Amino acid sequence: MLRTTSLLTLASLAFVSCETRSDVEIANEENILIVGNSNEPKGLDPHLVSGVLESNIIRALFEGLCVEDPAKDSSSLPGAAIRWEPSEDFTEWIFHLNPKAKWSDGVPVTAHDFTFSYQRLLSPDPNWPAKYAEMLYFLDNGEAYHRSQFGKIFCKNDPDFPLDWEILKEANFTGDKKIKLDSFADKKFSDLKEAELEKIKPYLKEGETVDLTKLSAEEIKLADLSDPEKRIYLNSIGIDKLDKDQLVFLKTQPDLIDWTDAVPADVRQLVIDRIIAHHEAGKPNLWEKAKVGVTAVDDFTLKLNLRGPVPFLAEITKHYTWYPVPKHVVLSHGEMNTAFSSPWTRPGNIVSNGPFQLKTWRTNHLIEVEKNPHYWDHDTVSLSGIRYIPIKNYYTETRMFGDDQLHLTYTVPSELIPMAKEKYPNELRQEDYVGVRFLRVNTKNSPFDNPKVRRAFALAIDQKSICEKILQGGQKPASGIVPPFGEYEPPGVIHFDPEKAKALLAESGYESTSSFPDIDLLTTNSDSGLREAEALQAMWQENLGIKVRIMQREWTTYLQKQYDKDYDLCVGGWIGDYLDPTTFLEMWVTDGGNNNTGWGSDEFEDLLTKAENTADVPTRMKILSQAERRLLQDTPVLPIYWYTTNYLIRPEVKNWSPLLLNNHPFKFVKIEKP
Amino acid sequence: MLRVILSRLLQTIVVVFLLVTFTFFAVRAIPGNPFAAEKATSPEEQAALEAYYGLDKPLPIQYLNYWGNVIQGDFGDSLAMKGRKVSTLISESFPVSLKLGILSLFLGMGIGIPLGIIAALFHNKWQDYSAMVIAMAGICIVAFVLGPIFQLLIAKPLSLLNVAGWNRGSDIILPAITLCFGVAAYLARLTRGGMLDVLSQDYIRTARAKGVPTMQIITKHAMRPALMPAVTFLGPAFAAIITGSFVVENIFLVPGMGQHFVLGITSKDYNLVLGLVLFYGILMGIANLLSDIALIFMDPKLRNS
Repeated sequence: MLRTTSLLTLASLAFVSCETRSDVEIANEENILIVGNSNEPKGLDPHLVSGVLESNIIRALFEGLCVEDPAKDSSSLPGAAIRWEPSEDFTEWIFHLNPKAKWSDGVPVTAHDFTFSYQRLLSPDPNWPAKYAEMLYFLDNGEAYHRSQFGKIFCKNDPDFPLDWEILKEANFTGDKKIKLDSFADKKFSDLKEAELEKIKPYLKEGETVDLTKLSAEEIKLADLSDPEKRIYLNSIGIDKLDKDQLVFLKTQPDLIDWTDAVPADVRQLVIDRIIAHHEAGKPNLWEKAKVGVTAVDDFTLKLNLRGPVPFLAEITKHYTWYPVPKHVVLSHGEMNTAFSSPWTRPGNIVSNGPFQLKTWRTNHLIEVEKNPHYWDHDTVSLSGIRYIPIKNYYTETRMFGDDQLHLTYTVPSELIPMAKEKYPNELRQEDYVGVRFLRVNTKNSPFDNPKVRRAFALAIDQKSICEKILQGGQKPASGIVPPFGEYEPPGVIHFDPEKAKALLAESGYESTSSFPDIDLLTTNSDSGLREAEALQAMWQENLGIKVRIMQREWTTYLQKQYDKDYDLCVGGWIGDYLDPTTFLEMWVTDGGNNNTGWGSDEFEDLLTKAENTADVPTRMKILSQAERRLLQDTPVLPIYWYTTNYLIRPEVKNWSPLLLNNHPFKFVKIEKP
Repeated sequence: MLRVILSRLLQTIVVVFLLVTFTFFAVRAIPGNPFAAEKATSPEEQAALEAYYGLDKPLPIQYLNYWGNVIQGDFGDSLAMKGRKVSTLISESFPVSLKLGILSLFLGMGIGIPLGIIAALFHNKWQDYSAMVIAMAGICIVAFVLGPIFQLLIAKPLSLLNVAGWNRGSDIILPAITLCFGVAAYLARLTRGGMLDVLSQDYIRTARAKGVPTMQIITKHAMRPALMPAVTFLGPAFAAIITGSFVVENIFLVPGMGQHFVLGITSKDYNLVLGLVLFYGILMGIANLLSDIALIFMDPKLRNS
């Protein structure tokens, strides 16, 4: 027994290779870049992913209309398009595709691939789990198609429609978001507070009351409701989202929904008829009818019509949501909208149009891409491949870098930054990154329904110490939500000011801090999350005298609590998708999918719309700055710091310059042989 | 013999059934949403996803459906790693964990058993104390301390070994050594205990009195019964070690099965967790059966009963 065991042990130990060269030395000879990439990607379908690590791989595989300049922010080089011309007001863009551009199976990349891709990403099918379709809302009617806004699709695009859309659009198509029917549960009409009453008042006539239990029931039958109840119910849904039976009922009493007085009775009937007809026809796909602003003029000319002037469109087309997917391959493995169950992205199936193509994909092990022989700019590509390694443990990653196993790390944990500064002074990079760390505040609950309390909490955060003592990665205190870049001038409202914070708290009516309600700070269960939370806790204790409890939850629970607004304060972050302030501002519109604070302001949204319709860049930036000022005035988010990237890179890797979005184009990267 | 095997198999089926049943309801009781992502999921999307994965049905129906699918050999799709089948995830990662597990088990046996024997033979002498200190250290020092120490002290200075990864043949060595420590430590303690017990038996004393050489006493007479506690332990230890270790895989970048257990729970991947528990339960049953059979072979008394 003993003998066999030891023999076996020896035999297994003898089974080792005798390679003495390091991984990097071998890779340098093979001209392959080895990259630490944090985690196993959720997928490689550019339409279905939303993470940074997936984008690192997708950027090597696919190519959009324009390509990042390797050394200059906000500058675009030709990609799938050779050249592009905007109209004078930046609402119409013509992209001339490169006739030499090919998919990795040799099939040409055409304008039809782009129209197919944009139709696919914008698909209104609820089974289509694309997280990033909003990126295509820049296209005219893109949002209408994606959100099935029937009124707009059937009436605005019809040149013979008797009423101008500008007038008709004021009717309640999208539903009154202020009415939350489930908030009426267990309440009586007479108990409603002034603010709540205010929201439903527009739908009530003098002296009318409603039965709130009926309105908050799980299943509501229209026939059981009184007229005022019907009015509240239907207006909370909006014309676009009513089902067929509700519409048929509405036809008999169109006045139950708010049309505004400018819409004549016959037009009301016409709108309802058109939507009913659509339901009766079995809800056919509306792509043709919706007239989304993407047209293939011919095989190699793509015309984009936008919802308003977008002078920075080239910037946006570099985001992976704007990349084309191969129509012929996607359709050969499933339907247009077959999501994760489609095997088209698996090795052997996937075909891409970028500088590289997929070679190997092993779960939790590695993804390797190799040079795409059909790539149009084949000669520029220097690397013969890239190996992405999903290293979840960043300490291991740093050790692997030290052992010459990686060219490039995903990050450096903040505890190791002082070590890295000393040991790898030439390899460590600390660069600005358009991202912001902040705290969301649940503005629905007391005491944070009071903007003064929120502002007091914001001003009591000693941002500088968090950056310098905890993070040590060159992060900068955030005076707002939009990090500084390009021509944008941040309003710079939030600065550490404990005196003012105390004064604001006193003004807010919470004189004695001991009477302050219990507050939880929601964070993730990571070590860095805890350190940050403890620092914040100490700062509020010291500067405001308020003791905040830390609530650590693991990732999915943390996210769910946030979406459910089941928190008081919650840490969060946002990374810009493109270089424009709107990527940081649009999420704060009322009930935006990532707002989660309960805050909303018409003034703020009007400013955003105004900016959306402004072509002149400096004016636009000024308006956006005003919008941010408006947001910070109410402080539904407490800015903490602006992100930086910290990573290690070997000196032989060339053409890797600092970029604000950290989206380095791999096609230009070179490994310099010693 | 056949009866033992049959009754063990029956027990395994019952245990696995109860295990899966308990896990099924327990994982669903954990707060959190498997479809939560950095970007908000709309209620319509949430409903569509739930319908796609059959999560919209009442819990008892889901439970019955699960067994229905399992009987047809379908463990379902992973909820977190979308588009990948649970069976694929297991079949990809299990061979890795199996290879690593078997090597570290043999290493553990090769270190632990001799250490235990030495400790027992030199009972209450310095050899005993030092062997037990090593064993205690092996139990106490956890993998997330040992792993990085090995990386820094062994792999970094040695150009033959990589710090982490799973590409070279030699990449198995450090994780195997890290994993084997726990096994070796337990085995050393169990072997020592078993050996001490056996060495105090009358028949050993008789053999000694008859002048049988010590070495022969140990190998011929004492070894087999002394190893029985160790063999009992090896069954479940085998099942545990070949299904991977989250910590070792995380530190050494091993694409094994252990991480799926932890990440399955944290991402609320119900199907993955259930598939793993089912797989692990069956393995555990088989391993226990094997160790029972081994015990029967080792002990004539058990063979006759």
